[in-house]
Parts: sequence; structure tokens; C-alpha cells
Amino acid sequence: MTSATLVPDRPAVSRRSGRDGRLTRASGLGLGIAMLWFSLLVLIPLAAVVVTAVDGGWAAFWDAVTTPQTAAAIRLTVGTAFLVTLVNIVMGTLIAWVLVRDQFFGKRALEVLIDVPFALPTIVAGLVLLSLYGPDSPLGVDIANTRVAVFLAFLFVTLPFVVRTVQPVLAELDREVEDAAASLGASRFTTFRRIILPSLAPAIAAGAALSFARGVSEYGSLVLLSGNLPMRTEVTSVRILSSIENDNLPAAAAVATVLLAISFVVIVALDVIQRRVVRRG
Amino acid sequence: MSIEIVNVTKRFGSFVALDDVSVSIPSGQLTALLGPSGGGKSTLLRIIAGLESADSGRVEIEGVDATRLPPQKRNVGFVFQHYAAFKHLSVRRNVAFGLEIRRRPKAEIRSRVDELLALVHLEQFADRLPAQLSGGQRQRMALARALAVEPTVLLLDEPFGALDAKVRKELRDWLRRLHDEVNVTTVFVTHDQEEALEVADKIVVINEGRIEQIGSPDQLYDEPANDFVMRFLGPVTQLGDRLVRPHDLEILTGDAAGAVAGRVTRIVRVGFEIRVEVTTDDQVVVVTLTRAEFLSLGLTVGAPVGVRVAAAVVPAG
Amino acid sequence: MAEPSTVVRPARGPGRYVTRVLVVAYLFFLVAWPLFLVGKNAFADGFENIRGIVEDPDIVHALELTVTVALIAVVINTVFGVGISLLLVRYRFPGQRLLSALLDMPLSVSPIVVGLALVLVYGGRNGWFGPALESAGFQVIFATPGIVMATVFVALPLVIREVVPVLEEVGDEQEQAARSLGANAVQTFLRITLPAIKWGVVYGVVLSLARSLGEFGAVKVVSGNVLGETRTATLVVEENYLNFDKGGAYATAFLLALVAVACIVVVSVIRPKDNR
Repeated sequence: MTSATLVPDRPAVSRRSGRDGRLTRASGLGLGIAMLWFSLLVLIPLAAVVVTAVDGGWAAFWDAVTTPQTAAAIRLTVGTAFLVTLVNIVMGTLIAWVLVRDQFFGKRALEVLIDVPFALPTIVAGLVLLSLYGPDSPLGVDIANTRVAVFLAFLFVTLPFVVRTVQPVLAELDREVEDAAASLGASRFTTFRRIILPSLAPAIAAGAALSFARGVSEYGSLVLLSGNLPMRTEVTSVRILSSIENDNLPAAAAVATVLLAISFVVIVALDVIQRRVVRRG
Repeated sequence: MSIEIVNVTKRFGSFVALDDVSVSIPSGQLTALLGPSGGGKSTLLRIIAGLESADSGRVEIEGVDATRLPPQKRNVGFVFQHYAAFKHLSVRRNVAFGLEIRRRPKAEIRSRVDELLALVHLEQFADRLPAQLSGGQRQRMALARALAVEPTVLLLDEPFGALDAKVRKELRDWLRRLHDEVNVTTVFVTHDQEEALEVADKIVVINEGRIEQIGSPDQLYDEPANDFVMRFLGPVTQLGDRLVRPHDLEILTGDAAGAVAGRVTRIVRVGFEIRVEVTTDDQVVVVTLTRAEFLSLGLTVGAPVGVRVAAAVVPAG
Repeated sequence: MAEPSTVVRPARGPGRYVTRVLVVAYLFFLVAWPLFLVGKNAFADGFENIRGIVEDPDIVHALELTVTVALIAVVINTVFGVGISLLLVRYRFPGQRLLSALLDMPLSVSPIVVGLALVLVYGGRNGWFGPALESAGFQVIFATPGIVMATVFVALPLVIREVVPVLEEVGDEQEQAARSLGANAVQTFLRITLPAIKWGVVYGVVLSLARSLGEFGAVKVVSGNVLGETRTATLVVEENYLNFDKGGAYATAFLLALVAVACIVVVSVIRPKDNR
């Protein structure tokens, strides 16, 4: 990589990154600026949440988190997110299967539908679900202000996650391996269970982690749909908002920290599980 | 006969992969399906296995009409060009797969797997993952896996195509010796004529969805049914309007009856063979001589010579 | 293998139809029909509802604010996103893996927590930096800058997630070739790198635009929801519905949904068919 003789001084060429990818002055500066921006916007604010939560001492933290109302909200949020994730693991894999392996008119439309919950504003999602499952439902079903509403809202907003992590992996699977299993006598179901599913496990785990984290974080769709009834249909995000509106920021921060911690634990746990599954075989 | 293919036709869209093909595969022998890429041989193999279904025609395996049977029920062993190893299972579990599906008792599985691993010399790799094996080892594992369930027929689809030349030759010999030991009816697909000639008891030449010729290696080499088979199975050169093998020609320096006159234009030594190009009035004819023959003739470039088919050779075509 | 035996072969048998019906029904009842009903309800009184919101100056202002904030956020995230993607893919530095994981975090954080976090740092009264900024005349919380920051936060990973895979796939050989021909960093970036990743950037921009237009929870916390000043379109939807102006709520929701679906369709249409 010598500079051409026609362009004698190009100090950038000798100071460029090259194959070893070491940072140059320019890129190092860029990284610094980016990190500064990222810290000011994300890292420091999130740190502030944790710091504020523990600032008043462990007792205050514990009190804020274990009030009956808050505890109920946390139980509801985590429990529903967990159930919804289980449903998503099954339906998400099934949807990905149909998208990859099946061919029919209108399949393209399904692809668009799956991404809708990701792009739709959450408040609009609430209204969307309300129109079919609320008081004015053409189906005569009214689940507004019930726990089912919470379940449904979580199901809606977490729809794309398992599908989109499983889909590319499924598309890349070596079809010959399935032929090999068939020639050895395995039925389609056995082949799916013993050969395909283990290959999909890491992708399913990753999607499940995202689905769970997204579920416990949900707020907007529940505002109109669940009524946010204390002890019944109130989720953790709503509790945090109440505390903020009551100017009790340390309590809000405490509950927020719990939420962050739960998401973190689940993400790490799923990462560990999927590594173990891949290794066992 | 172990396998009967009767009037099988297969189309992919408008492309005709197999056109009314019929062939009998003999029991207990090693048969090669030989031909150029895209000629239909892999398709035929997959139809025998049940991995593809024929549009029309019949497939019989050991007298049973298997045309509508799914691959699970045909009891055929299949080995793929790219191994199709179960990546998340150890070598042992890979080989045991077919037996586990059939719910054989654990002890039986264990001893059979050990037996097969010994047969393919992979005992010390039993607990490794396929990714930790070389290509040749993976293919041996695939063979052991296919043999584990004692298939009626063993089918191999260009089994050595993904391996490099030296490994390919080793495994070729090894397959032949394995077959002599195990004696299961084996059909393998290849586009390498050297491989087919070396390994097979019987060769089926398939081109453009049709069978060109069926016979033993000697028959195909010495008595090709048409120009295509002759060109595909070995070197050819043209003398007059006849296709001949270069080593079936002789060069004469003196007067000779029935010889075509020409001049030596090129001499190339390849190992122990000498390839001599003789330019006649309208052709360039290639003649292969042994060193001894060459030296006894004392040829040089530019020398006038005569070329004719050696007397001992049976005319081709 | 030259022969077409690796073509997709759909499974035979009834199982295929069962799963197909199950999946279509699931998506129909969860997404398609509800979405359709929003459109239907929005136009229940003809164009009255739409006219109602378009003629209300407060709502128009909310829509304008939403669009302005979204555009600013998208520009910021695109610049940051492309830059960080280049740094992550083309260079090696300590903490790279950690940074990559941290960059994904905004997707897993509750929007209310996002709002809280920003208030704790930039809140005018008790924030870490807030009071200092406000005495310098720069109000963040309860003002537009806060809304922008919240929107940037939630959409941060989207451009990165689209650009990084493209950068990895394209490889840096072309860039090395450009350098060897004498191009400096800026020229290489503008003439070689950017064209190569342009589709990744486009998808990322469209997705983060959709996300930015739709942010609700975080904006609710940082904006104070001051009528005519810091109220965004999503807050309008909530307020209308709670004030029993269902028509207005459905109309605004319909507009937002239309934009979101349009974004998805655009990406889906221009994406090459073999990618998904």
C-alpha cells in the first residue's frame, strides 16, 4: 500500500488504520466525541437512575419497592411478560417457519404486518387493540380494564422479536441435513425436534430475551387499554410514572432500577442458556 | 436385481432432468452413475432415495414397489457431497442417530456404533463434534452413520467432490475395500471418469437425462457405444473420420500399408508416456507411445511418418 | 451441485396448511383487523374527524412539533449511528464488545425510565446538570430540547443495527484500494464507503423515523405536556381519547399509523427480495 509517486504528501495514508484496525488520531477523536455524546445521553442518565435509587439508603429503596401496590405491579408485569414470551417462542418460530418454508399469495403482506407493532406508536397500538377488543368491539369482546388487556398489549408489542431473530437462521439452514435425517428414518416431527430446533435455539433465546425486556418496559399501549387499575391492571411503568408525577423521584428511581435489573438478569440468563444448549448437543 | 428403475421421467419446470430412464442395479455390487454436471445422475439417485419423486415411472427396491414410499420407509443409506453432518451432535451421536430413531436398546446402539467407528477408523474421534474433523473424516463419519441402520442400499452423491485430490484418491480406494468387506448394494454418483473406472463394478453413463451406456469399466472403455461415451471415459483423438484412443495408434517410419502420411509437429513427454502430435493433410493426430517405442523409432520434430490403428485393437464404434 | 435439488421444497401433507392457517389467523386477529378498524373508526363520520384535527391549531402545532423533533432526532442518530458503526466495524479498541452491547440498551429500557433518567440529569430543579444549564439559559426538561433528547435516546440503536451488518459484509478491501490510490479518509468515506452502505443507512433512517414519530412514554415524562408548546402528536391521541373525543383520537391515531405502515412498506418494497 505505497502512495503513488504522483501524490507525494499524503500523511493520512501512513497514518490510516490498516489491517490491524488500530485507531488513528482522527478516528480516536471521533470515538471520543461519540463516547461523550453517548455518555451524556444514555450512560450518565441511566447511572443517575441507579445512583438516585440507592442514594437514600437500602431501607428507603426497599420500602419504595415493596409497597403493596408496587409489588403487585411488578408481579403483574414480570408474570405477564413471562407468559407472553412463552407464547412468542412458539408462535414466533411458527410464523418464521411459514415465512421461510411456505409459499402462497399474500405472504408479502404478512411480512409487513409483523413489523407493524415495531413501528407503530405505542399509544396508537393501544387504540388499535381497543378498536377490536374494547367497548366498541365488532366481535362483542370487551377486555378493556382487565388483565387480559395487559396480556394482549404485551403480545402485540413483542410480536416481531422472536420472528425476526429466528427467520434469518431458518433461511440459512442446510436442507441436506434434514434429508439425511429423513433417509435415516426420522419422521418430519422428529427431524424438527432433534435436528432443526437445536440449530434454532440460540436465535429463539435471543428473541425471547428481547421479547421479555420489551414486555416489561411497555407503557403506552396500556394507558387506554388497561385502565391502569391499581393492584389489578397496573404495570410497573405506570407506578414509576405515578411516583414521578408525585415528585417522588427516589421512589421512581428505585422501581426503575428493579425493572432494569430484572431485564438485565433475564438477558444474561438467556445468553447463558443458549450457550449451554449449543455446546451440549 | 436390487434396484429397478422403470421409465422414470422427472422435470423441474421446463427443464427435463430425466427422460424415460430405465436401468437395473445389480445386488451386492458397486455401481457408478457417471456423467457431466447437470446430466441427471444426482436426480436419479435422489429419486431412488425418495428425496425427490419421479413425475412418471416406477422404482423398485428389492422387489418392493417403492415409488410412493417416503425416504423414511425405504431403508436406504444416503451420503451427501457436503456431509450433512448434524453439527450439534458428537460423532458418536451422529452415527447412532438412525438407531436411536428406531429405539434400539442402549447397549446394542453402543456396540454397533463402536463397531462402525472401528470400521471407518474414527474410534478416537467418537466424542468430538463434526466441526473438529477434517473433510475426509466427516465423510467417513457420514458413511458410518448411513451404514449403522443396515440399509438395503447405500447411495452416495459425489461423496468425494468436496475433498482435495489426495484425500479423494485415498477415500476412493478405501470405499472399494469397504464395499468388499460389507457387500451392501452401493450406487454412487460421480462426474470423474477415473473414479468410476477405478472403483465401480458397473458403470451407467448418464447425459442430458438419458442413459448413454451401461457396462463394466472395460466394456465402456474399450467398446464405447457412441462418441460421447468414448470422449467422456478417456482421451480421444481423430484419425480420418474415426475416433480412436491415442494409445491405440502406432507410428511407422518406413512404408506401411493403410497408414496416413504426416509430419511430426510436437513431442511432449509426460512421465513415462510420450505424446507425439502428427499433422496430416487435414488433421492433428495425437499418438501416445511408451518410452521404449519412442526411442526405438528415433523420432524428431519434422520427421515424415505414417499413422495407423495398431493391429491388435478392436475397431471402435 | 449443479442440479436443482436444493430448491425450496414445501412440506407435503396437511401440517403445512394447518400452520399456515394458524399463522394467518393469529396475525389477522392480533394486527390486521384491529389496524383496519382504526382506519374505519377514523372515517366513521366521513372526513369530519380528519377535518376536526387539521383545523385545530393546537393539534396542528403538535403535529408540526412531532415532525420537527423526529427529523432532528433522525439526523442526529444517523450521523452518530454511521460514525459509531464505522468505528465498531473497521477498528479495534478495548471495550468494543461492551460498547456494542450498551448501544443496544435503549431497546430494552422502558420509555418511562428513559424520561426519568433524563429528568434526573437535566431537570431544572434538582438534576445533576440541569440547574447549571438553566442558569446558562438552556432549558432541557419541559422544553423542546428534552423532547429531542428523549426521542434520540429511544431510536439510537436503529441506524446502527442496519448499518453494521452491511459494513461487515461489504468488507474493507474497497476502502484499502481507495487509500492505496491516494484517497484520504474523507474522500474514501464519501466516494466508497457511503455508497456501499447506502441501503443500510436508508433502512435505518426510515425505521428510526417511524420510531421517532411514535415515541410516547418518554416524551410524556420530559415534556410536561404543555398545551400548544410541548405536546406531541402521540400525547394528543391520549388526551383526546381521555376527553371523550374519540373521533379526534382515532383520526390522529390513523395519521400516525399511516405514516408507520408507510415506512414499513417503503422498506419492504425497496429491500431486495432475497434478504427477507
